[in-house]
Amino acid sequence: MRPLTDEETKTMFEKLSKYIGENIKLLVDRPDGVYCFRLHNDRVYYMSEKILKLATNVARDKLVSVGTCFGKFTKTGKFRLHITALDFLAPYAKFKVWVKPGTEQSFLYGNHVLKSGLGRITENTSQYQGVVVYSMADVPLGFGVAAKTTQECRRMDPMSIVVFHQADVGEFIRNEDTLT
Amino acid sequence: MGRKLDPTNQVKKGPGRKSRKQKGAETELSKFIPVEESEPKRQTSRARKRAGKRAQDPKKNKDVPEKKPLKGFTDENKDWLTPAKRKRKIDTPESEDDSDEMWEHEEDLEEEAAKVEKLGKKLLPIERAAKKEKRIRASMGVGSDDDDSDDSEVEMAGKIDDADADEEDTIQTNMEDMDSFKLPGAEERAKESVIPLDLQSVHQRIKENVDVLTNFAAKREEGKDRVDYIALLKSDLCTYYSYNDFLMEQLMDIFPVSELIDFLEANEIQRPVTIRTNTLKTRRRDLAQALINRGVNLDPLGKWSKVGLIIFDSSVPIGATPEYLAGHYMLQGASSLLPVMALSPQEGECVLDMSSAPGGKTTYIAQLMRNTGIIVANDANLERLKSVVGNIHRLGVTNAVICNYDGRQFPKVMGGFDRVLLDAPCSGTGVIAKDPVVKTSKDEADILRSAHLQKELLLSAIDSVNADSATGGYLIYCTCSIMVEENEWVVDYALKKRNVKLVPAGLDFGTEGFTRFKERRFHPSLRLTRRFYPHSHNMDGFYVAKFKKFSNTLPAAETGPDEDVTETSESVAVADKKSSKKEAGKKISVKESASPKVQTNGTVAKKPTNLQGQKGQKDQPTGPKKAKGQKDQPTGPKKAKMAKVDAKKSKEGEADSSDKQDKTEGSLVQKKHELKSPMMMKKKKRLGRNKFKKLTHVLKKGWNVE
Repeated sequence: MRPLTDEETKTMFEKLSKYIGENIKLLVDRPDGVYCFRLHNDRVYYMSEKILKLATNVARDKLVSVGTCFGKFTKTGKFRLHITALDFLAPYAKFKVWVKPGTEQSFLYGNHVLKSGLGRITENTSQYQGVVVYSMADVPLGFGVAAKTTQECRRMDPMSIVVFHQADVGEFIRNEDTLT
Repeated sequence: MGRKLDPTNQVKKGPGRKSRKQKGAETELSKFIPVEESEPKRQTSRARKRAGKRAQDPKKNKDVPEKKPLKGFTDENKDWLTPAKRKRKIDTPESEDDSDEMWEHEEDLEEEAAKVEKLGKKLLPIERAAKKEKRIRASMGVGSDDDDSDDSEVEMAGKIDDADADEEDTIQTNMEDMDSFKLPGAEERAKESVIPLDLQSVHQRIKENVDVLTNFAAKREEGKDRVDYIALLKSDLCTYYSYNDFLMEQLMDIFPVSELIDFLEANEIQRPVTIRTNTLKTRRRDLAQALINRGVNLDPLGKWSKVGLIIFDSSVPIGATPEYLAGHYMLQGASSLLPVMALSPQEGECVLDMSSAPGGKTTYIAQLMRNTGIIVANDANLERLKSVVGNIHRLGVTNAVICNYDGRQFPKVMGGFDRVLLDAPCSGTGVIAKDPVVKTSKDEADILRSAHLQKELLLSAIDSVNADSATGGYLIYCTCSIMVEENEWVVDYALKKRNVKLVPAGLDFGTEGFTRFKERRFHPSLRLTRRFYPHSHNMDGFYVAKFKKFSNTLPAAETGPDEDVTETSESVAVADKKSSKKEAGKKISVKESASPKVQTNGTVAKKPTNLQGQKGQKDQPTGPKKAKGQKDQPTGPKKAKMAKVDAKKSKEGEADSSDKQDKTEGSLVQKKHELKSPMMMKKKKRLGRNKFKKLTHVLKKGWNVE
């Protein structure tokens, strides 16, 4: 386990800011203690300093996970967000998409959101903006990337894709092995 | 009470499902008292409207009393949901309040889903189901049996087949059968082994046999011993329920005959599916509402749990709803809530879950701590840890460290925890309903092996607790086994080895742990531990013990930490010796068990006496063992090994005792020195797990070094 290098921090924060914008600083400067990001097995974990100290007792090969896993660095050095980060993305998300109850399941199975399943969308969403996907009951289901702007969405045919799927909570079951 | 309506799918107004269901009681009441005045607060505007309508409609009022007994489910589920499910007497107004209380455990009072209260209020008492089944089977059994019995019996059988034969009748038939019930002779048994009896006649014979055994003096056959009946019953039960001989024998030791049958029957039935609300993300009321909207029939688990829900039936897979994936609840057996409730972790504490997979208890701990403090979730199996990772993230637990150690290494990795939960790996005899393979796969060696592992784990768990913690210093030991060897015996062992005492677990139900079992005598405080059975509590068989550690020093009763390791590594052999020791001098052993608790400070004074006691026992291990402890003796090579070790020990005993006598003077200070030389420890530990040959060799070397 080690702190992130400057390069890694930059890559990761760039990715995060696509979803939560300047709210990133709320993650770093928290009123309830010092929180930090650590890299372990190519994965980035977000934890409080208290837990970090305790976790240093654990040998590297015996440590499976600390705090919350945000995502991982690929071999090519890109950062990929995992669904486990949703708990911290959802409350700070700038742009949101709500899907209709019928589409919920389809999205949870890893499909894109079609226009026909779109319930609501935040105004002024630009194209390729990171969005968090909610059910109509305001339960966060995952996140993705807007395929079209809000304006374009209004006059699109029902079968075209509105949000590209990136991660959904169904992955807790589907990809349980690769979460960490 | 009223169902909160979803604006998106509004139901028609007017006397809907609810009013039809409760018509009887409400209108009856309204005859005597004006309903609105009696409970003005409780009624919603819509209920008041309905009441008004009812009052205007005299015709309806008339047929209400007739309808009253018909208390079915009037919603869309009525075709399959029958009111027969409800086992308690239905008293509509009161029971409504009852269910209210259940829900009021949560923060605010609100109107609750009508559907929830319509469902049965309690867990299904399994016994009843079992009994019912038994009765049906019995009648069938009699029916099939009558081929070879005389005509009068055929008539009797006919009577029973009349579904509602009253009890007198059944008793009479039993009496009749009893007269004819004779223990089959040796030839008959031999014949059976060639052509096995059909299951129904076996079942009939079990019934008759149990009847004789419960009233032995009156119904026994002249000249036949109880042993004969028991032997027959055992072999019959083994065939009928397909257990192996060993396990059945163990179970017969634990339960009286009538209870045994209930237990075996309960093992054939699945426990109800239960879920636990994740209060980090939602509230039970909201979760229940959301699930009901998805077509799930559920009910609060019981008065003892504020987060449990019991699922009767569901039209969607309960493990894949969006709510599940969003982490609003966890599929979890009712029994696994108990140890965490007993642990009662406080906010800001440091808690260790020693064998955490698949994370149900861990996440419950986190939820009770409201995501404060630190939880260390450990498991020895890396594969199973994946589910822990998944569940912890899904349920939004942020304060967990997940690691993959063998639990036995634990105090070395980190210690000083405020609370520790040890859900030890076990033979699984409490969860036969879940995994029927246990019925045939376990033998004595398996049980003793897991008992040994449990002892090691429990000791290292105790060592990881910080007794000086301001809020904690507690440890929960639990297993999903009902074997005494894996429960009371292990706990009793820990009481002797460490400065711990048992405290009430804070669970107001469950049966008390055994303080005496067959030839074993345990510390009287074992009464504070709790056992849970599938037939009496309708949850998996379970055992929970709560320890409080009152001192971080090791008690000097036994010969210190290094000796510990050797002792545990001798595992089965030593353990067996112990039990036989106990037989030899019960009084001594009782004193011994009590002593570490009483004399925390007087360790020095106590040591020699205990040493002597031990030495004395070491010197005469053969005498009483031969006399009594035959059954516990391991056979074959193990025995030979034991003999070898015994011989060596007795030799060493003399040499060591002088050494130890010296040590006693040094007492604790010296002991700490010993602990501080990690090389020594490690060496001994590693070898301690190996074979006896090496062990004794190195031990000698160790003494020389000292």
